[in-house]
Amino acid sequence: MSSAPAVGDRIVHKEFPPITRHRLALYCGASGDHNPIHVDIDFAKAAGFPDVFAHGMLVMGYLGQALTDAVAPSRIRSFSTRFAAITQLGAALTCEGTVTELIEQGGEKRAKLALTTKDQNGEIKLAGEAIIAL
Amino acid sequence: MVDQSAVGRSFTPVTARVEPGRLRFFLDTLGETNPVYRDGSAAPVPPTYLFCLEMMDATVPFEFLTALGIDLARVLHGEQRFDYHAPVVVGDTLTFHPRVTGVTDKKGGAMTLIVVDTPVTNQNGVHVADVSRTIVVRNARPS
Repeated sequence: MSSAPAVGDRIVHKEFPPITRHRLALYCGASGDHNPIHVDIDFAKAAGFPDVFAHGMLVMGYLGQALTDAVAPSRIRSFSTRFAAITQLGAALTCEGTVTELIEQGGEKRAKLALTTKDQNGEIKLAGEAIIAL
Repeated sequence: MVDQSAVGRSFTPVTARVEPGRLRFFLDTLGETNPVYRDGSAAPVPPTYLFCLEMMDATVPFEFLTALGIDLARVLHGEQRFDYHAPVVVGDTLTFHPRVTGVTDKKGGAMTLIVVDTPVTNQNGVHVADVSRTIVVRNARPS
């Protein structure tokens, strides 16, 4: 960031292409998360789901990417999220982050960000928070 | 069903090296083009990558599930948190120390939330991060 943000500023915004089966297969290998529920439709159905679905951490990875487009990785002090809903195949995600608070903590000026990831229908998939050093 | 007796259980520490080739695969998979992550030998890792490193190099995949008798097919990811204390860069060797810190029943026992907290240290013994995951177990309903 080139200048200090103010409360209410939306400093994070990024859109991602629809999630494909291929992307899930790649993420399975790239992340080390080999849970078949994300890549094997037979396993997913046996577990009671209509189809495979995205790894929560793939979606959080996109949110992290949106965050570090705006904030250098070295400035992130914490990053957390709740997985509010399953992210389905084909979901086109939008990640956003807004400054909610400016604080002093650990001897430095920091900002708290409210983060969301929504799909193309506006459904919230991830609701999270980051604390960044200014 | 997992109960309070699981709190305090710890699992085999995992040691993982931040390898440039594996990291590049992760970056390409996410369509990450930010040059900061490809800036030579001391590039930082993306904010969620610690989670991946622990899974990639675990000698027993999903050990905490097996150890607690949880079926992988009944697990969802509920929450995830990272607290970063010191930089992690390409070439580091990290050690993860997972431990159960919470077990909570929800919806009259239909679900159990399990919190696993994992301090992470590097090759110099520096405590670089704390990773905390909450998993949701969808318990089988008694018939």
